[in-house]
Amino acid sequence: MTEEEIKTTIFQLLQRIAPETDPSRLMPEENIREALNIDSFDALQFIVAINEKLNVDIPEEDYGKTSNLKSLLAYLTKKLKE
Amino acid sequence: MKEPNLTDYAKLYQQFDWQYVRSQLAGLPNGKGLNIAHEAVDRHASGDLRNKVALRFHRKKENVEDYTYGDLKTQTSKFANLLHGLKLKEGDRVFSLLGRVPDLYIAALGSLKFKAVFCPLFSVFGPEPIFQRLSKGDAKVLVTNTSFYEKKIKGLLNRLPSLDFILLTDSSDDLDMKALSLTKLMEEASGEFIIPSTDPEDPALLHFTSGTTGMPKGALHVHQAVLTHFATGKYVLDFQKGDIFWCTADPGWVTGTSYGIISPLVNGVTSIIDEEEFDALRWYSILEKQKVNVWYTAPTAIRRLMRMEIVPKEKYDLSNLRLVLSVGEPLHPGAVSWGQKAFGVPVLDNWWQTETGGIMIANYRSMEVKPGSMGKPLPGIIAAIADVEEAEIKIYDQPENQGHLVLKKGFPSLFRGYLHEEERYKKCFKGNWYISGDLAKIDKDGYFWFIGRADDIIKTSGHMVGPFEVESTLMKHPAVVEAAVIGKPEPSIGELVKAFVVLKEGFEPTDDMRQELIGFARKTMGPAVAPKEISFIESLPKTKSGKILRRLLKARELGLPEGDLSTLEKG
Repeated sequence: MTEEEIKTTIFQLLQRIAPETDPSRLMPEENIREALNIDSFDALQFIVAINEKLNVDIPEEDYGKTSNLKSLLAYLTKKLKE
Repeated sequence: MKEPNLTDYAKLYQQFDWQYVRSQLAGLPNGKGLNIAHEAVDRHASGDLRNKVALRFHRKKENVEDYTYGDLKTQTSKFANLLHGLKLKEGDRVFSLLGRVPDLYIAALGSLKFKAVFCPLFSVFGPEPIFQRLSKGDAKVLVTNTSFYEKKIKGLLNRLPSLDFILLTDSSDDLDMKALSLTKLMEEASGEFIIPSTDPEDPALLHFTSGTTGMPKGALHVHQAVLTHFATGKYVLDFQKGDIFWCTADPGWVTGTSYGIISPLVNGVTSIIDEEEFDALRWYSILEKQKVNVWYTAPTAIRRLMRMEIVPKEKYDLSNLRLVLSVGEPLHPGAVSWGQKAFGVPVLDNWWQTETGGIMIANYRSMEVKPGSMGKPLPGIIAAIADVEEAEIKIYDQPENQGHLVLKKGFPSLFRGYLHEEERYKKCFKGNWYISGDLAKIDKDGYFWFIGRADDIIKTSGHMVGPFEVESTLMKHPAVVEAAVIGKPEPSIGELVKAFVVLKEGFEPTDDMRQELIGFARKTMGPAVAPKEISFIESLPKTKSGKILRRLLKARELGLPEGDLSTLEKG
């Protein structure tokens, strides 16, 4: 999966949770939760959706690495290569 | 480990006297009454605690910002003085819409000094819930930041004619005659302020809570509530000299004000405040680095921590942690014993609500814990289980009866009214008893056990959502004829807000429509209130008098027996 494809998937999943937003306008280091008004329940749903869609398991202790687009992309790219 | 302040529950319960609690507080100089801010800040700032850290903020970028009791005195005096400069009157209402930043705490305590009534709003609210509360609360001043102002407030201004000033925490200049720079006002204001005479019954705090049948209610608390904040800090949170305390709640909810601001300060300890949202590793590292002694958090967070595979006390140095407490929704029994394994101390559950202003029923360090029980009433509080009928109330004198959890009137922190809603306030009382709206039972040893809500109010992530508020907002969407909202059990947050929607003719119940409505709800109400799930339905079940039968929708959703349907209107 290319980085671009991962990105598209992330945007789709985020938009499913926050349909009133446009995730593709996120800046790389912007806090996703703050920018899209996502609460902790939504954030968990997002993690579950990533797991289902990309088959990547993100343990609770790694949630801090998913806070912005840049770190999330790096994290997922690495995980998908493993 | 230090001995608890409360060593013998039965003995203290018998001897307890609110007058004695009052005598342990200072009161305003020259017998001028009792003011929360004086007890929390000024009296310590003029004594031994002057240079002690009162509030320690963990800012988003990991930097730490300290305020000593002395600093807090100066800053809150400045805030009180600037309210004077803006020509506010005693009793006027000052609101905040901020994250957990120093300005919020300074505004809260400064407003109390000035004798304005302070009302903190949860910053995750969208414009509609914010409007409801500012409008019902006759807000004169709102303290917020530029981003919230632009996104959530500006569009409401023409509907809020009595809102005189918006004070912006992060703007160095005034935007116009109404939106002023708080930074500038603070710089100009004097750091000396003499608190005016304060009657213990003068109003101090306003907290909105949700009702089943109407829009949110503003529960009003008086300065005397500080007696409960002090006593619960001493006996439930077990505050001892030199303690470091961390309450993870946001001041937008009553826990974050009573225990995130007032109680620790009144007891002269150091309070940790984290600006960030839940993050397991960040939280553990704060507990370790700050050497937290007493930690007050919520079941939602505990459940997240329980999912991790680590044993925290093996990975982090949590040796300073003496006490872990939880509130917001009943703590399941497994969490109590998990606490013992994870931290070396059990997680102690307690119960109270917005209207009671402070902890009412609790587990105490010195008392045997029965996992799953909320514990026993605070000394000074008489709690009982009752059968509540329209005309009368019958208190059960035998254990194991399920019924309404009721509290005897007359304790200092019980709310004194719902703002502008005398009828709704009166409905909460029968004789000398306050009817909490929760159902519970007492076992043979006097422990209280939570059963559920007596009404349709939804408890999600530890806070209440009123179905009516959500339904009325959904109905503002052009495609919606009617909506009914229920709490659907959800393991990680207790209940999630679920809406059943009847669409107008010409609108199709498609996935796109569902997404459109979820987006609309999030935009108007914010994620804390908006439904997480929406189902389309042909028509809503109603009683013959036209009342929506939410409990029937809930029973159907959960596949439970539908109960008594004699009042159902056959559609």
